[in-house]
Amino acid sequence: MIEHLPILQILVPMLTAPLCVLSRRPLVSWGLALTATWFALATSIQLLIRVLAEGTQSYELGGWPPPWGIELRIDLVNVFVLLIVTAISSVVLTAAPRSLEKEISSDRHYLFYAAYLLCMTGLLGMTATGDAFNVFVFLEISSLSSYILISLGPTRRALHSAFQYLVMGTLGGTFVLLGVGMLYMVTGTLNIVDMGARLGDLGPNRTVLVALAVIVVGTSIKMALFPLHAWLPNAYTYAPALVTAFLAATATKVAYYMLVKFVFRVFGVELAFTALRLDAVLMPVAILAMFIASTVAIYQSDVKRILAYSSLAQIGYMVLGLSLASVTGLTGGIVHLFNHAIMKSALFLALACVVLRIGSTQLNDMRGLGRRMPLTAAAFVGAGLGLIGVPMTAGFVSKWFLVLAALESGYWPVAVLILLSSLLAVIYIWRVIEVMYFQPPPDDAAKLTEAPWSMLGPTWVLVGATFYFGISTSLTVGVASQAADLLVNGAAP
Amino acid sequence: MDVGLYNYWAVIVLMMTGLYVVISRSNLIKKLIGLNVFQVSVIMFYISIGKVKGGTAPILEEGFEVYSNPVPHVLMLTAIVVGVATLALALALVVRLHGAYGTIEEDEIAEIDTRETNALESNAREIGAPMS
Repeated sequence: MIEHLPILQILVPMLTAPLCVLSRRPLVSWGLALTATWFALATSIQLLIRVLAEGTQSYELGGWPPPWGIELRIDLVNVFVLLIVTAISSVVLTAAPRSLEKEISSDRHYLFYAAYLLCMTGLLGMTATGDAFNVFVFLEISSLSSYILISLGPTRRALHSAFQYLVMGTLGGTFVLLGVGMLYMVTGTLNIVDMGARLGDLGPNRTVLVALAVIVVGTSIKMALFPLHAWLPNAYTYAPALVTAFLAATATKVAYYMLVKFVFRVFGVELAFTALRLDAVLMPVAILAMFIASTVAIYQSDVKRILAYSSLAQIGYMVLGLSLASVTGLTGGIVHLFNHAIMKSALFLALACVVLRIGSTQLNDMRGLGRRMPLTAAAFVGAGLGLIGVPMTAGFVSKWFLVLAALESGYWPVAVLILLSSLLAVIYIWRVIEVMYFQPPPDDAAKLTEAPWSMLGPTWVLVGATFYFGISTSLTVGVASQAADLLVNGAAP
Repeated sequence: MDVGLYNYWAVIVLMMTGLYVVISRSNLIKKLIGLNVFQVSVIMFYISIGKVKGGTAPILEEGFEVYSNPVPHVLMLTAIVVGVATLALALALVVRLHGAYGTIEEDEIAEIDTRETNALESNAREIGAPMS
């Protein structure tokens, strides 16, 4: 049983999805989905313990040994991503029933839970698999179900956003497929470790260069790296509040991990950075993303949109860490993946509480919220501080590593730019805080009750995690620095 | 131009045609047609790289030594299924969009959305102007 954990983690959510559809009752399907997600979380904790103790775990699907069969390969890097994906999915899903009542009619809840579980299956599969083509298959599973989740949004604009995302996402997925095909042409294998070893022997040629370009473009679309981000702001704004909290913390992060996996595992530092100069493309793009997205965020009037643009900027930080191609840089990138997932889902869950009570996330409608819903507003402030990168919060830790990495590589202007762009975050978070605490509520405002505990609880758990991981960094930095060392120096344990 | 590489030329032409249609057309159905052409080009790419000159189907039989590589072909079965699922979902969304907006032209949908936003904002200015 215990050696089957890697596949069970993917199979249990996948098989629970049809059960949710069969049950049809909102509460029953919620219970089923909740069991599956918490089971997946327990599994990934178990896997983390095993990987820390015994090193990389390899699971042969159907007993076919790699490189012929499909291999699930759990190493320090992806067990960390598995942990954050399952943790966020479980916590967000715990808050689901009350939030969904407001936004989706109750006869469709079971479909929501099914799509949610399938999306999670796809994300976990993409992370766990050690097979390049399998990555594409799981990518499409998660993409298709996330289009459905977004289209469930309360207004008709959700449909259009989902459609735009579908077109962009399919282009991205197809680009990845094309890149995998070219790599297969050159190496004759689909197993990622095998591919990496053979490419290392071959050295650069034009097919490899095109494959790298195509895969980077494909994954950049999926993780909404500037300038390929056009789908994200609308998708996040018009999706149901809960879906935004889930996708913002997981989908783009897994796409980032996918890029890390291809760049470091398949191409390797030597080929991707020394021979093909990937950093020369990614670093400027990442810095542009940090500045342009943060600046645009300042001018938005919808809080969900502010946070969506802020997500784009945070993707910029992560990619910046990757483009430095050093152990410290990649540590920063991976820690930021973890920390940003926690902070963003906390912020979006707080917004889900706001939507539940006032039915809008317009800045104008949130006047005086600090007194009308004190706990929700305080949660927003707490996670917002993390997003800015105030010391003692998780956001500080990851930005600290990014600044360190930039200095270490001798790019001190980049370090200055990281700090400057954090100031932009102060502005857009402050705009929300100012409206919530220093403006009187509208005169005709109805008396509001605080959001229910079933939603406040999960929100505050995540806010607590923001502060916890800002103070105790042994889990995040400890695992991430070992993982980064593994990726950059290629030492397989 | 090497004639031996014509399959790649076909793939590139198809791919760029598809991408151009996706970008340039406002009609959602036409966009999806472009998207499908784009996907099919990659499927053709895989199929063509699996073909070995003079090779037969990979069935062990006396007298045949050279076989085509079946792996890319099998991979494409999955990719075709993915493509069909994507198209089905996209068409379902188009049907819903048509019901919600009464049009499947992206320009018109965007126009309706902007008009709605402007109306909301001017309403907010009239009714909910800051009272302090």
